[in-house]
Amino acid sequence: MTSAITLNDYLAISGLLFALGIAGVIIRRNVLVIYMALEMNLNAANLALVAFSKFNKLPEGQILVFFIIAIAAAEVAVGLAIIVALFRRNQTVSVDDLKTMRL
Amino acid sequence: MNPVWTILFAPLAATVIITVFTQRWKMLSALVSVAAILLSFAFTLGLFWAMYSLSKQPDHEVLSVPGPSIHWLVIGEVVRIDFGAIVDRLSILMLLVVTGVGSAIHVYSLGYMKGDEGMSRYFACLSLFTFSMLGIVLSTNFIQIFIFWELVGVSSYLLIGYWFEKPSAAEAGKKAFLVNRIGDFGFMLGILLLWGHARTFDFVELQKILPTLGLSSGTLTLIGALIFCGAVGKSAQFPLHVWLPDAMEGPTPVSALMHAATMVAAGVYMLCRVAWLVLPSPEALLLIAWIGGVTAIMAATIAVAQNDIKRILAYSTLSQLGYMVMAVGLGGPTQAMFHLTTHAFFKALLFLCAGSVIVALHHEQDIWKMGGLWKKTPITFITFLIGTLALAGVWPLAGFYSKDEILLLALKQNQPLFAIGVFTAGLTAFYMGRELFVVFCGQPRDHHAYEHAHESPAVMTGPLVLLAIFSIIAGWAGEVPHFLDPHEEVVHSNLGYLLLLVPVAGFVLSAAIYWKPVPSDAPMQASLGGGWTLIQNKYYIDEIYLWIVKYVQGTIAAICEWFDIWILQRLGIGGLSVGTGLLGRTVRLLQTGSISDYAFFFSIGVTVIIYYVVVK
Repeated sequence: MTSAITLNDYLAISGLLFALGIAGVIIRRNVLVIYMALEMNLNAANLALVAFSKFNKLPEGQILVFFIIAIAAAEVAVGLAIIVALFRRNQTVSVDDLKTMRL
Repeated sequence: MNPVWTILFAPLAATVIITVFTQRWKMLSALVSVAAILLSFAFTLGLFWAMYSLSKQPDHEVLSVPGPSIHWLVIGEVVRIDFGAIVDRLSILMLLVVTGVGSAIHVYSLGYMKGDEGMSRYFACLSLFTFSMLGIVLSTNFIQIFIFWELVGVSSYLLIGYWFEKPSAAEAGKKAFLVNRIGDFGFMLGILLLWGHARTFDFVELQKILPTLGLSSGTLTLIGALIFCGAVGKSAQFPLHVWLPDAMEGPTPVSALMHAATMVAAGVYMLCRVAWLVLPSPEALLLIAWIGGVTAIMAATIAVAQNDIKRILAYSTLSQLGYMVMAVGLGGPTQAMFHLTTHAFFKALLFLCAGSVIVALHHEQDIWKMGGLWKKTPITFITFLIGTLALAGVWPLAGFYSKDEILLLALKQNQPLFAIGVFTAGLTAFYMGRELFVVFCGQPRDHHAYEHAHESPAVMTGPLVLLAIFSIIAGWAGEVPHFLDPHEEVVHSNLGYLLLLVPVAGFVLSAAIYWKPVPSDAPMQASLGGGWTLIQNKYYIDEIYLWIVKYVQGTIAAICEWFDIWILQRLGIGGLSVGTGLLGRTVRLLQTGSISDYAFFFSIGVTVIIYYVVVK
């Protein structure tokens, strides 16, 4: 029995991924891991977009996904550079030690 | 230029010249000031002569000529204020007094102030004082008179506090100014109330339209009483008389000027100028008459127990001003002006004599340290004697005629006031006799001062002699009241000569007590007992005022301070700032600085938004 994979299945996976990403951002302490969780959020959105594109027979979703991938790549370059700079300065990548942005 | 403007502005020009150019050269400044008032005096004499010769022609009774006038301030249709000069018999007489007596005092000041550090400042202020007074005399409307009224207040403040490094002088200047302000406030209210009904400030217009306004008698009385408030302050009537004796702190010529020609005369002059305003209201007249009567007798009794040569004269001025105000209140502005004129001569004379004595004794003012001075300062003694006799109202000197007229008026109108007037006349003779005998007769008490005493230079005795002559002749033939009002019949009643007994009795009594080698107050103290303490302390009026200021005004001030500090400052402004601060501190707790917390809040927020947008 082969049942077809529906839009809802894709969206469920996408939502799960997004929830995992959010949870990772909130819970984890390592900046690099938080960064990876953020990437997971982006890819959850990508998955949803591609799924909508396929089931609605519209190309715009896929075009948007390419934009997101491209911008995410650029963002990774900038983000990793910031993290490296942060590490060089503070010798740590734990967010518990990075609480200087307050009164 | 109109000669009237010259009379008015010459002293002002002197003030400006001294202040701007000649302040460094003392004698030059003094001469500028003296020249200015002599110029004013000369022009006034010319004006007087013109008016006098006109009035001598038969059937030609010129009461006033139109003076110069400019529209000074025009606000729409409603307010029109002129700056003009009124030229009638009343103002010319007053101009003569102010510039004539003023000239004598200016010349005298040349000698009295010689060598004083601030001589230039003194003469600048003196000229300003004269200018202000001339302004009052020439005013054509209430606003103009009020402005000059305040200018007189300012310049008197400057002159009373002339020796400002002396705390008592500075205090006296302040006191004079503040007490005057109380009266002036009433004056201003009166002017505004009158304007509210009549819509004009002009004296001539007001006099014309006042009967047509149909004001209720209550309103008229209120206006009259409020306008009278101004005179109470300036002319130092009870209960605002307290500043005048303290004003003795100023230089003696200033006291003379203030008591004779300017300042205190301003109140009486103003009342005479607006007599048409108070005459229709019997209640206001009664109030004025009684205030005058009370002031006259109260000041005379106080004068009996004073020890300062100038203070005795100051209280006698109060007493004589009481007579003048009483005369206005009895419906006789002519009599009031008559007494003002004669009083100006002999009171200026007495003060200048006192100044001469003070200079002779190197600034000693206590009469008990003087004595026997008639040998050392004969001119001062004789002129002082003339002034005393004139003030007491002894025939045939000036005071006799003018006081007589007032007393006769009182006899006709109000017998209790007549009794007060006669009793005060006796007291006047008594306390002036006391001063005369203690200062000039008997044995010298302070031998060191007596040995060094000397007669004043001619620049000081000259004005004394001149004023003494006028003190003798100013009342003769009733020329003054006749000049003021040609219809006035000068009655020489025999009663006047009978009344002569009163001052004579006063003199005899004071001679019996004080004309001794070593006079003292002991007999008076013994016979009056507690009354003596009472009058020596001026009925404790100053103390009562202090009490009122301390407790009544102090309590109100304390309540206001409490409200200001606790309600406005602490609760209002402080509460607002503390509340904002607390709110800030509370909200700040959200800013932990931890990325995880921010992300958590952020996701909750997004979830809530999505929930509302999508689900609802």
